[in-house]
Amino acid sequence: MMSKRTQWTWFGLGVLCALAVSLAFVACRQKPTEQRGAVAEAAIATYVPPGDQDEYYLFYSGGHSGQVFVAGIPSMRHIATIPVFSPYPSTGYGYDEESKKMLGEFTWGDVHHPALSKTNGDYDGRWLFVNDNANARIARIDLRDFKTKQIFGPIPNVSGNHGCSFVTNNTEYVLIATRFSVPLPLGTYASIEDYATKYRGVVGAVAVDPETGEMSLGWELLTPPFNWDLGSCGKGPSEDWAFWSCYNSERATGKLEVTASQKDRDYVIAVNWKAAEQAIKEGKYKIIGGAKVIDPKEVKGLAYLIPAAKSPHGVDVSPDGNYIVASGKLQEITTVFNFEKILKAIENKDFTGEEDGIPVLNYDSVKEAEVNVGLGPLHTQFDDKGFAYTSLFVESAIAKWRLGGDWAVVDKIPITYNIGHLCIPGGDTMHPDGKYVIALNKLSHGKHLSVGPSQPECSQLIDITGEKMKLLYDAFTEPEPHYAQAIRADKLHPIEVYPKEESKNPNAIWDVNQAGATRRGNHVIVKMTAVRSSFAPTKIEVNQGDRVTIYLTNIEQTTDELHGFAICQYNINVVVDPGETKTIEFVANKPGVFPYYCTNFCSALHQEMQGYLLVKPR
Amino acid sequence: MEKWLDKANVFFDLPLTLNSRLLILVAVVVLLPAYYFPLWNMTFYSNQYPDGLKLHIYAYKLEGGKTPQRDDLREINELNHYIGMRPLLESDFSEFKWIPFGIGALILLALRAMVIGKMSNLVDVFVLFSYFGLFSLWSFYYRLYTYGHNLAPNAAIKVKPFTPPLIGKEQIANFTVYSWPGLASYSLVLFAILLFVAIVLSAKSAEE
Repeated sequence: MMSKRTQWTWFGLGVLCALAVSLAFVACRQKPTEQRGAVAEAAIATYVPPGDQDEYYLFYSGGHSGQVFVAGIPSMRHIATIPVFSPYPSTGYGYDEESKKMLGEFTWGDVHHPALSKTNGDYDGRWLFVNDNANARIARIDLRDFKTKQIFGPIPNVSGNHGCSFVTNNTEYVLIATRFSVPLPLGTYASIEDYATKYRGVVGAVAVDPETGEMSLGWELLTPPFNWDLGSCGKGPSEDWAFWSCYNSERATGKLEVTASQKDRDYVIAVNWKAAEQAIKEGKYKIIGGAKVIDPKEVKGLAYLIPAAKSPHGVDVSPDGNYIVASGKLQEITTVFNFEKILKAIENKDFTGEEDGIPVLNYDSVKEAEVNVGLGPLHTQFDDKGFAYTSLFVESAIAKWRLGGDWAVVDKIPITYNIGHLCIPGGDTMHPDGKYVIALNKLSHGKHLSVGPSQPECSQLIDITGEKMKLLYDAFTEPEPHYAQAIRADKLHPIEVYPKEESKNPNAIWDVNQAGATRRGNHVIVKMTAVRSSFAPTKIEVNQGDRVTIYLTNIEQTTDELHGFAICQYNINVVVDPGETKTIEFVANKPGVFPYYCTNFCSALHQEMQGYLLVKPR
Repeated sequence: MEKWLDKANVFFDLPLTLNSRLLILVAVVVLLPAYYFPLWNMTFYSNQYPDGLKLHIYAYKLEGGKTPQRDDLREINELNHYIGMRPLLESDFSEFKWIPFGIGALILLALRAMVIGKMSNLVDVFVLFSYFGLFSLWSFYYRLYTYGHNLAPNAAIKVKPFTPPLIGKEQIANFTVYSWPGLASYSLVLFAILLFVAIVLSAKSAEE
């Protein structure tokens, strides 16, 4: 039996303990004042009040979604999705004849690298080019209306178009490159045993019409079967040059993870695109797969290989065009090459070897610095104060380092987790806007509300105006942004209505009284209007088996007055924007009565915006 | 009575002084903007249109505000069709034919009065112009009344017949409508005032 006194002592101790625990608990819950201050500061820095607008547009590549995502900086809010290589019922993309024709035989693409068009080395806000890594295509989005206007390709001889799309200083060309070498031309068979000799890669460029942005075949350069990875265009003094990095200079096959990671150095290729253009003009090419291909064994002086630390991923040119930065992802260093030294080495024929006709420059003669940035360096962007920012995949961090001088790493910020690309507005131009860097991370490991095994991606907004980088915001996107580019909002002036005066579609009608159907044999042609809150005509009568073409014009001239047009059970849903005309085509093979209705909520009488497709049985 | 008539005869025969004639010329110049600026401006505000749908009525045309994002006249007609209002069509306004003609005729008459220099001519112009002005105003009011009262019986949304405001502010369904005279109307009023002053000046100078 415990004495009363001991009981009281125990009781007192218990009270004290409880007090201590609760105090500790309170102390843990309450963040230190300065930390709370930082949170409030970050919240204010990213808060865009209702009615206000963001400062920058951020164009995310959508990866294998085949799309481009548009967000605002600093709010990081997703604003729109631009469908490019995949159908997207939200905007009716891939259901009308015009977009179906652009998509061709494919239902998806793998968008990796958006490239804003440039004039004099800076974004001009005209177009956004994006690549399709899977099917060797490039698409052009017009930033006047944020719509995909052209899908070019599959580009002959290019297999796995990863080193794309990067534009030259005045958007003369968009770079293309082969990631997965194959026997050429495409469709040729050769045993995998002959990889090193019979498989070939190309690097090259697609030409861009300076007025319309229309893409056409440019030039290609035949290369050994290396895996061309990323590209970049020169600027200023290096303006006439294009650069790509490669892994697998081992020319290995099988389990590349091992076989292509044997050498301590792979390559960056430097190609003088002006000289390539000249060679094409002079007829120094052969036609392979329908494209003009330059063989470096026959045409000298165009291309040079620069040894770069192990399996380099990103190759990025500094804003002044003097430095080429290659990040060896399997080492801890990023290598900086000096463009002047490259030119000198070329002039002096300071070569250490050759690969299928392409001279290899002497590493020691062209290297400017090896910067010890950290583990798994991938990509580099630049600010306007003379710093470079390199993403570190393995280390899950961004390293900020001085471009020139002591080449020192001056700051590092951890990110969550496993960063791939990073984006500074204008970070690949001659005049970057060094206010923010966006970390495009591959893994989020439960940083968001759980949504099951399929995980979103994570991008983080980081303030880079001060000496220390400051994390501001986490955003989560659909899979899977790779690279992104950002442009000041005031550089874009999109239209929101297609003006009636500009409508050139011969099948557009602007008056509900002109709406109606005509028949030519078993082809029924319907000219239709959509306007709040009715379609004209409100019925379409056809016979089973008829081919039906509907030219649908939204005759609205008011922003945001979109109309959808869906036919139940006929797998059709298009959306027409104000002033837009789209073509819908199908064979009425199912007899019966099928409602059509407006899918894009438009007005108080949106529910009433409907009609009937009547298909008489045969 | 006779005395008064004599007085009137004398008054109407009065010559116009140089100042009065110059004033007539100024009045004519002042009237010219009536051809270039709106007679009346209406603005329709609502939650969805914080910047307001704008409608400008000129002496000879109807014009809506127009931005790359919106064609206001089209939009106003689009919205009005829900309540069964006839679309505002330029071809429906006979005013657009006779108002410019009337203004032109009055300018010619004013110049005639200036050249001939007789009070009676000037008074004619003043009286005709006042009549023309008031008639035009009534005509517009009547038109607004007709638009607001001849609503299609099968309209989707039934509203009580109404007259859009001629001057001032009014709430119509979810819209706050403002209606004010435009620059052209002010020049019409100023024209009348200047003619009146010209009459008074010449009359005063005769008294002295």
